[in-house]
Amino acid sequence: MIPAPFDYVRAGSADEALAALAEHGDEAKLLAGGHSLLPLMKLRLASPSVLVDVGRLSDLTGVRQDGDTVVIGALTTHHDVERSDVLRTQVPLLAHVAGQVGDPQVRHRGTIGGSIAHADPASDLPAAVLALGGSFTAISAARGSRTIEAADFFTGFLESALEPDELLTEIRVPAVPGAGWSFQKFNRRALDWAIVGVAAVSRNGSSGVGLVNMGPTPLLAAGVASAWSGGASPAEAAEHVAEGADPGADMNATVEYRTHLAKVLTRRALEEAGG
Amino acid sequence: MTTTEPRTDTDTGPNGDGAGVIGSRLLRREDPALLTGEGRYTDDLQIPGALHMALVRSPYAHARITSIDTSEAAAAPGVRAVYTAADLDDLWANPMPCAWPVTDDMKNPAHYPLAQDKVAYVGDAVALVLAESNVAARDAVELVDVDYEPLPAVIDLEDALSDRVVIHEDLGTNTSYTWDLDLDEDAVQAAFDGAAHTVTGRFVQQRLLPMAMEPRAVACVPAPFGGGVTLYSATQVPHILKVMAAVTTGISEADIRVVAPSVGGGFGSKLNVYAEELLALGLADKLKVPVRWAEERGENAQATIHGRGQIQEIDIAADADGKVTGVRVRLLADMGAYLQLVTPGIPLLGAFLYCGVYDVPAFSFTCTSVFTTMTPTDAYRGAGRPEATYAIERGMDLLAKEVGVDPAEIRRRNYITKDQFPYTAVTGLEYDSGDHAGAATIALDLAKYDELRTEQKRRRDAGETKHLGIGMSSYFEMCGLAPSRVLASLKYSAGGWESATVRMLPTGKVEVVSGATPHGQGHETCWSMIVAERLGVSPDDVEVLHSDTAISPHGMDTYGSRSLPVGGVAIAMACDRVIDKAKQIAAHQLEASADDLQFSGGVFTVAGSPDKEMPLAAVAFEAFTAHDLPDDTEPSLEARVTYDPPNFSWPFGTHVCVLEVDEETGQIDVLDYVAVDDCGTQINPMIVEGQVHGGIIQGLAQALFEEAVFDADGNPQAASLAEYLVPAASDVPTLRLGHSVTPSPTNPLGVKGVGEAGTIGAASTVINAVVDALSHLGVTEMRMPASPLHVWQAIQAAKDGGGSDSVTASASDTVSADRDTQSDTLSPQTQPGGGS
Amino acid sequence: MRVTVTVNGSARSAEVEPRTLLVHLLRETLGLTGTNVGCDTTSCGACTVHLDGRSVKSCTVLAVQADGSEITTIEGMATDGVLHPMQQAFMENHGLQCGYCTPGMVMASTALIAEAQADGTTIDEQSIREGLEGNLCRCTGYQNIVASVLACARGEVGDGTGVQVRAGATA
Repeated sequence: MIPAPFDYVRAGSADEALAALAEHGDEAKLLAGGHSLLPLMKLRLASPSVLVDVGRLSDLTGVRQDGDTVVIGALTTHHDVERSDVLRTQVPLLAHVAGQVGDPQVRHRGTIGGSIAHADPASDLPAAVLALGGSFTAISAARGSRTIEAADFFTGFLESALEPDELLTEIRVPAVPGAGWSFQKFNRRALDWAIVGVAAVSRNGSSGVGLVNMGPTPLLAAGVASAWSGGASPAEAAEHVAEGADPGADMNATVEYRTHLAKVLTRRALEEAGG
Repeated sequence: MTTTEPRTDTDTGPNGDGAGVIGSRLLRREDPALLTGEGRYTDDLQIPGALHMALVRSPYAHARITSIDTSEAAAAPGVRAVYTAADLDDLWANPMPCAWPVTDDMKNPAHYPLAQDKVAYVGDAVALVLAESNVAARDAVELVDVDYEPLPAVIDLEDALSDRVVIHEDLGTNTSYTWDLDLDEDAVQAAFDGAAHTVTGRFVQQRLLPMAMEPRAVACVPAPFGGGVTLYSATQVPHILKVMAAVTTGISEADIRVVAPSVGGGFGSKLNVYAEELLALGLADKLKVPVRWAEERGENAQATIHGRGQIQEIDIAADADGKVTGVRVRLLADMGAYLQLVTPGIPLLGAFLYCGVYDVPAFSFTCTSVFTTMTPTDAYRGAGRPEATYAIERGMDLLAKEVGVDPAEIRRRNYITKDQFPYTAVTGLEYDSGDHAGAATIALDLAKYDELRTEQKRRRDAGETKHLGIGMSSYFEMCGLAPSRVLASLKYSAGGWESATVRMLPTGKVEVVSGATPHGQGHETCWSMIVAERLGVSPDDVEVLHSDTAISPHGMDTYGSRSLPVGGVAIAMACDRVIDKAKQIAAHQLEASADDLQFSGGVFTVAGSPDKEMPLAAVAFEAFTAHDLPDDTEPSLEARVTYDPPNFSWPFGTHVCVLEVDEETGQIDVLDYVAVDDCGTQINPMIVEGQVHGGIIQGLAQALFEEAVFDADGNPQAASLAEYLVPAASDVPTLRLGHSVTPSPTNPLGVKGVGEAGTIGAASTVINAVVDALSHLGVTEMRMPASPLHVWQAIQAAKDGGGSDSVTASASDTVSADRDTQSDTLSPQTQPGGGS
Repeated sequence: MRVTVTVNGSARSAEVEPRTLLVHLLRETLGLTGTNVGCDTTSCGACTVHLDGRSVKSCTVLAVQADGSEITTIEGMATDGVLHPMQQAFMENHGLQCGYCTPGMVMASTALIAEAQADGTTIDEQSIREGLEGNLCRCTGYQNIVASVLACARGEVGDGTGVQVRAGATA
């Protein structure tokens, strides 16, 4: 229940945060809403020596449209992502998925950037961003700003392409008003992580399908998307869901069941997105 | 003295006009404090100077302790001391208590608060840190260096039975006892020999975690200068704890005061005597400093008792019409690593209920209980009785299928009828009153049973993949634990009486002292209602005192749905004695014969003399001044009754569950749940409903969500509220409650108790519905919990032709191909993967 | 580190470690024990308070993160000895039994209703059940909790007279 001791630095600006990260390297973790990191620390599954609190960097919050792209500040809470008028009209999949994360209290604190950077394959938002073909902006003191495609971002279990001295600042997704979309989240209790989740979006013949909890990282179901864009029926396209996936077994699912669920949910997602 | 007839000289009894309080939905007096954060739970207590205790717990299910190095921990900031078992030898006069040696040859391993030499479950405590703060104590726990030599875990019950690995070597076996309800085996055999139909069910009662919302907590405060000690504990049983703590520690019982502050739920898990309570008591007494401990939730999953844990086999014999002629039951029960307070008795509490609400002439029961390397089991809501109901109610559905009739019909053919009450069962117990067919009719009507069957057929004919299932259970339960002589015959070490003192103060207010210990049930409100009705006062003028052995020295505490039928009745009887005494005083002062006095609305009147009256409050003042009392009357207006119930009480009911199973995913959606629960006279219907709601949802949660899973090495897999699936509001249905009141004839209030009723009826109702939903696919059995995985696996197995069509074959508790061990826990063959 | 928070309208200041959880600041340092701890996995919601107007689980917020913020705990809900309508609704609809989850339920429910009213979204049994996903109860089976919240949302609450509560929140 009680984390191991650590030092705490509150960053007054992104530059201060970057300087702290540069100084402390691997010893430091960024703290945004804290709803991915603090649960681990309370169980002493993570014990960083330094927490750099970026929770007050209000210029990293907010949603704006930039041409064909919608830009979401990394520190925007799930609550605010869910209610963003821009997202509701331009990228309703993302607004909806943000509303599925955890429970209302969690959504008041957790941020989209924190969730993405945590890179948990069981998180909902990474799969949605993958399906949308989004990208992320990261900055560091040493190297300035760079863009990382979502498809390249999730590199391993709880590992992302972010360097230890980088701060995620933006999530960028294409504006897709009028696109068909669906998010199928299957769990036992509504507050639980998804046993399997499928995010699907389709527009103008191109589609994206992202998977929750079908491997050690959030996954792009490329086989499904290309079959579907190629004219396959939802059921036929769904048959491709296990390609490139590595579904695990746990108390809620065997490998066989998880794979089966993924097919069913993918089919349902494609039916809803297409229909 | 047992009063079973209503008084005729007052009209404040349940059958008279009275004040009308009983039966009203009086709002709870407990609520304002709880709603405003004024409730004081044990961890809320401010105790300056207290040392905080934290325990070092074994990460192994079974291991020898080869060394413990406490030096680094002892040197840590804020740490006052670190102890191992050897350091605390002198604290114990006796090992930890087991109050139910169910057989003369029951094997009970000596169990001390800290393990020495060996640990026998993950969570078994091996060392203790005392520090100036909870943070310092928890930090220091990590610095205690314990070396273990791991031994093989024993988690499968049949493996335990085989003694492949003996856990308590000095016992030589893992079998604690075998207990038989030996009635007439020949009659049972004859019933099966001559049966037109027989069915067998094999069911697993999975291990559950009670998960009361308040984790346990303890604080022991010694009086300065050699006085006694006060032990504050989140307990359901302060009186039992006091006696047992005295016996275990050797501290004089007269020096121990036990207080249960606000307690945040128990459900049986706080009906115990725990290591932490004894350690805090022993250390506070020895060191003359307050010692406190607050359980973390992950710790609670290991260190607080688990519920259920049985493999059941039930055989039912019936004639050609499906009338049951015999029932035979064999249990294999999981004790866990040690016997806690009533661990061995739990499976036996159900022993008498396996014939259910049916007129069964031949019955036999045997239970073998074994040790395993998991947390000890003990009482959890229903304690043996939900298990029994599950077996017979699943069995009746199997019988219905075998005979070829609707499940409601098979039950109708077998219910004990209303006019058969009082009914002496084949077990020798007498059931007081009931109307099972009546309750069932109400429930089935409310559920619109016939329309549901029509809809079910429509869906099946149309080949739909969302399958409708309707399940029912008729149950009864053995409540109001218990007549002390019956407990003696069962070898339970304590009695089942309850004590009540009712006193009217000089100013007319009333104090009630009860030996019951509420932890959410609204006793204060209900006791005030009983007294208000009986004495003709306002409930607001009644103060209820409880849960503190200094203020309420006599009691047998709260569990087993006993507080109202035993404790509440004691209060009613004490009120009657107060009236009797007051009547003598009033008669004397009114110069009338006591026989001519009537008591109504709080006032004594004299028949035939309308100008003569005396309010009870005035009598109380007279009793205080003692200026003019009859010669043989002592001052003060007070009575104490210690009531030993003459019988159990027998609440009963029928539940119906309607649900939909999504064939593609195995997901279950409960569409409706109807419950008719008859607990006799309802003191406060609002509180009754709340108990039924909570009980049903816990039973439904067992059926659909919960399991304390262990891996093959005995590591708990679901040891938090994130992984152990206590459902939230959006996961459970809205319940519809029907009404049935059949007063108990065995107590003056006509009450039966209701705390466990909902749980007792629910799990079988839900599982019957799941099996019903899928029966046309060839599914004949469903393990609990009916998770989407398990449901889907059952459907696949049935489709693959594995589902048994014949109900005379053994029903397996699982259809998972990779499980060939018959454990009461899931032993996944694969390790948990990433991503959850 | 020093943190200053305004709790139930009163400014409070304390020395804490960075790792001190907000719930422990409230309970142990400030003596506001109405907020309860029921789990260690951010699951149960018994620790729910309002932080700058939003319901949050105080077990998953560091005290230092709350520096400078306004916090309302259960002790701050009744005003001048009169129960808040949500508290009154829980009492009238038997929405509590042991009371341990209740402070969190009341805090989560008031925030839920306020937000739904501000958003203009539906308040019905289903939305309440979903909105309370983050709050576990073991006693009530939720039915009367939902009834309580619905009654409060609909204004079907008594006037609270006759209920004795201690006037003035302790802060």
